[in-house]
Amino acid sequence: MKIFKPLFILSVFVYLYLPMLVLITNSFNQSKYGHKWAGFSWKWYEKLWNNTGLMDAFVNSLTIAVLTAFIATLLGTLMALAIHRYKFRLKSTTSSMLFILMMSPDIVLAITFLIIFIALGIQLGFWSLLIAHITFCLPFVVITVYAQLKGFDNNILEAAQDLGASEGKIFRVIILPMILPAVLSGWLLSFTLSLDDVIISSFVTGPGFEILPIRVFSMVKVGVSPEVNALATILLVISLSAIAVISLLIKRKQ
Amino acid sequence: MNRYSSPLNFRRLVITLTLTWLGLFVLLPHLMVILTSVLTPDAEHLVIWPITFDNYLKVFEPIYAGVFWNSLLMSGITTLVCLLIGYPFAYLLANMSPTMRVVLLFLMVVPFWTNSLIRIYAIKMILGKKGIVNSFLMFTGVIDSPVQLIYTDFAVIIGLVYILLPFMVLPLIASFAKLDRSLIEVGKDLGASPFYRFIYILLPLTAPGIIAGCLIVFLPAMGMFYVADILGGAKSLLLGNVIKNQFLVVRDWPFGSAFSVFLILLMAGLLIIYNKANNYIQHKGGLDDENL
Repeated sequence: MKIFKPLFILSVFVYLYLPMLVLITNSFNQSKYGHKWAGFSWKWYEKLWNNTGLMDAFVNSLTIAVLTAFIATLLGTLMALAIHRYKFRLKSTTSSMLFILMMSPDIVLAITFLIIFIALGIQLGFWSLLIAHITFCLPFVVITVYAQLKGFDNNILEAAQDLGASEGKIFRVIILPMILPAVLSGWLLSFTLSLDDVIISSFVTGPGFEILPIRVFSMVKVGVSPEVNALATILLVISLSAIAVISLLIKRKQ
Repeated sequence: MNRYSSPLNFRRLVITLTLTWLGLFVLLPHLMVILTSVLTPDAEHLVIWPITFDNYLKVFEPIYAGVFWNSLLMSGITTLVCLLIGYPFAYLLANMSPTMRVVLLFLMVVPFWTNSLIRIYAIKMILGKKGIVNSFLMFTGVIDSPVQLIYTDFAVIIGLVYILLPFMVLPLIASFAKLDRSLIEVGKDLGASPFYRFIYILLPLTAPGIIAGCLIVFLPAMGMFYVADILGGAKSLLLGNVIKNQFLVVRDWPFGSAFSVFLILLMAGLLIIYNKANNYIQHKGGLDDENL
């Protein structure tokens, strides 16, 4: 019984990590087919570097993820502030919309975005991807930041108000520094969700701006080249560095 | 609330921004999907005016009803497997030291950073004729020749569970964290067997987490067209495949929208059940004698 528990946890992690392990191993595998180990090689990384189509999609994916993370964090923090601090008409509608956004399956969100972009005449490509990614990340930022706002001493804010500080100043000088850990987690969450998304991106992408999952998806039928393994490995390294920086920031703040 | 207005009026700016963004990119688009679902498809303009319910009738045609049923079944199995793995997993994690728990939760998120499509592709390599699973089974002598794993419903379920398991575990851990451990102790002291303690104490108290987890797994599973595309055979279509096909290939938007409206209705129904269950737990939860 004692051995069973760690064994169970281990097997769940083996399940979760086996695909990653296969990707990383094959990115260094001399053989193209990856069924057998044919010796260590950097060649897929070199080939990746020269594969402009794949590199472009990779850079585009990272660009969208980083921009999404910044804008969704900013917007989501302001929305959490509005819901927590202000009274306004349609406030309950606001919360319901965020709830719908969080609970709607990706496929439903994907078509709602496609329909609105076509209706508004927004061309499918960079902007449509960015707006869609920001929107589906919003509720996650809002609940993270809202949770922290709730545990907040309102007397400080009232004191600041009585001393004549403007709302904008209260936000910048008092609220923002205190909720920074939640804001940073919101950033990381948005970055992660944006990078992981396949379904919504497939609907709102355009021919002029290709991102990674779309590019790889188009390769699946004819066979995915091993450069993708190298790319996945690099993606992992970049993200792990990002989290290292952010957790350092959070720790320093606390 | 705000007794002093600043020149820039920060408050008004924030509220306007919130309402505009959510109205424009959440409320309006959802209403437009419902509208599109009752319009007439048109080759040139995508949709034209006369309102019709033919799109909904088409959903019940045998081919599509079959896909719907198949999707429900696959999602149901996926949800069940996620729950069977996720529930004990979350329980064990919730019982660990906070540091250990944070580390393991973090390890659950790491795979997200290589896009889920790429990971599904990796699963295809693993399940292939020459993949790790077949090699391992042949090496250990369980089988003599490679078995067909890829392009089956089994492979699709493996893929769906792989993507969705973390979403089941997170609400369950939250649920276990909120659990009042003394209730289990009380049960123990009163002589309840482990089975009784599980059925009458643990299960009802973690029901909100279970329902939330099932909700976040069940509906999205039906939409994961790329999992069915990469791992499934010709017949293992999910609802997502039909919707994607109608929108991006056939360009029959009203029909695709009608399908999505069914998903939205299903979601609404499940949310109502979730709310009811949550209220029930809160009113009856744990502390009255009947539940102990």
